Amino acid sequence: MSSGPFALWRWGRLFKDFPGFLEGFKITLLVSILALLLALILGIIFGLFSTSNKKILRAIARVYVEIFQNTPLVVQVFFVYNALPYVGVTLDVFSIGMLCVGIYHGAYVSEVVRAGISSIARGQMEAAKSQGFSYLQAMRWIILPQTLTIVLPPLANQAVNLIKNTSVMALVAGGDLMYRADSWASNGTLSYGPAYIITGVMYFILCFPLVSWARRHELRIKNRGTGSGPGGPGLVVPAKAGTTDHIHQGAAL
Amino acid sequence: MNTQVFADIFTPPNVRYILIGLRTTLLISLATVAASVALGSVLALCRNYGRRFFSRIASIYIEVFRSTPLLLWILICVFMLPFGTYLFRGGLALTLYTSSVIAEIVRGGLNSIDKGQFEAARSQGFSFLQTLRYIVLPQCFMRIVPSLMSQIITTVKDTSFFAQFAIAEFFFNSKNLMGILSKNTVVSSAHIFVLYCFIALVYFVINFSLSCIVRKLAKNEQGLSLHPEQ
Repeated sequence: MSSGPFALWRWGRLFKDFPGFLEGFKITLLVSILALLLALILGIIFGLFSTSNKKILRAIARVYVEIFQNTPLVVQVFFVYNALPYVGVTLDVFSIGMLCVGIYHGAYVSEVVRAGISSIARGQMEAAKSQGFSYLQAMRWIILPQTLTIVLPPLANQAVNLIKNTSVMALVAGGDLMYRADSWASNGTLSYGPAYIITGVMYFILCFPLVSWARRHELRIKNRGTGSGPGGPGLVVPAKAGTTDHIHQGAAL
Repeated sequence: MNTQVFADIFTPPNVRYILIGLRTTLLISLATVAASVALGSVLALCRNYGRRFFSRIASIYIEVFRSTPLLLWILICVFMLPFGTYLFRGGLALTLYTSSVIAEIVRGGLNSIDKGQFEAARSQGFSFLQTLRYIVLPQCFMRIVPSLMSQIITTVKDTSFFAQFAIAEFFFNSKNLMGILSKNTVVSSAHIFVLYCFIALVYFVINFSLSCIVRKLAKNEQGLSLHPEQ
């Protein structure tokens, strides 16, 4: 037992070095927040593009979504880390993590926003226009506020995936929680057991509240019957190729 | 960027080496999804219809895997499992993780089946297991085919994590070409840039093709969307 992967002395060593883990946790949290903000901004912009009447905007949104949803995040990170310096673009690992994860998830968020806007009855836009609202005013005051309520559960699921995906920073020595845990465990004593348990618990603390909130909120929407008219169903985002999360479809199917 | 760069990278042995990696990636993805469908279905059935104990176990499994990153499970399996090759350990980690996602997909499919079907089956003398086997599960799987196909795409992308653990899949073999190249030629920035663009392009072609199939299936399966186009 004294030499097993979960031996007491390993735990003792872990608690002695715990501040290092907390430092990693802080970086993971910071990258997650910044990447989430970026993903939301990009998601709303490209979500609006993909529901626009202009073909060129829809095409731009399509290209963005297809490129980032159909290539692995790991490859994107390595591309930025290894290949971009050769064309004169050099970024620190924190920025690489934040930008890659944010842009990658922006594609998913834009699909959620697109589905949300599409689920609002078309008559609402026409009614707004008949009342003298411009397209942007109708979006700002009528369509988007309703969309936001419907898309919150899938957005929460995206946030969970985003937090988990920040772990790719560990592959380029990003100093995040996963990187700290792995380098600490690999360092001499091979204390993988305690390191991975603590790391799992920390990610769970970050993600589980969002997961359960999303599920509760989804059920509330379903029972309340938000959507395309009275008693209509809630939002069901159509299964999108490559999405890492079909969870929001679970309750709604 | 001259054609010499392409000639350096895409020699017949290198192309063969890349294709071997690609085959591994596709095989891992298919095997993982197949195993995950089996495990995920059991988890979904336990969570929906199991006794309280099994339902709890399934719930805990799903929540734990949904709230933790795939990379953590790959690290756990690769460094802590006392048996199996790295490929097996990586595949196992991916299967365990993917099962939790597929369990939720299957559960969504099960929840979409009208409760009346159970009552109708019971009135015809079907037992609960027979109802699941002959009536509920076939309909459920028909409905979730697009989502399961999507999961293959996700899994193809997820296999790229294995490159960090010297598992010879597509991304690892492609990155490894740099080392092979440097023995015979001076590796320039153009080589690296072209190689990474090529890696991204191959993943894109595979996943985009699959996503086109998924979209076609989803269009045919209007049951997935509660908002058919008006």
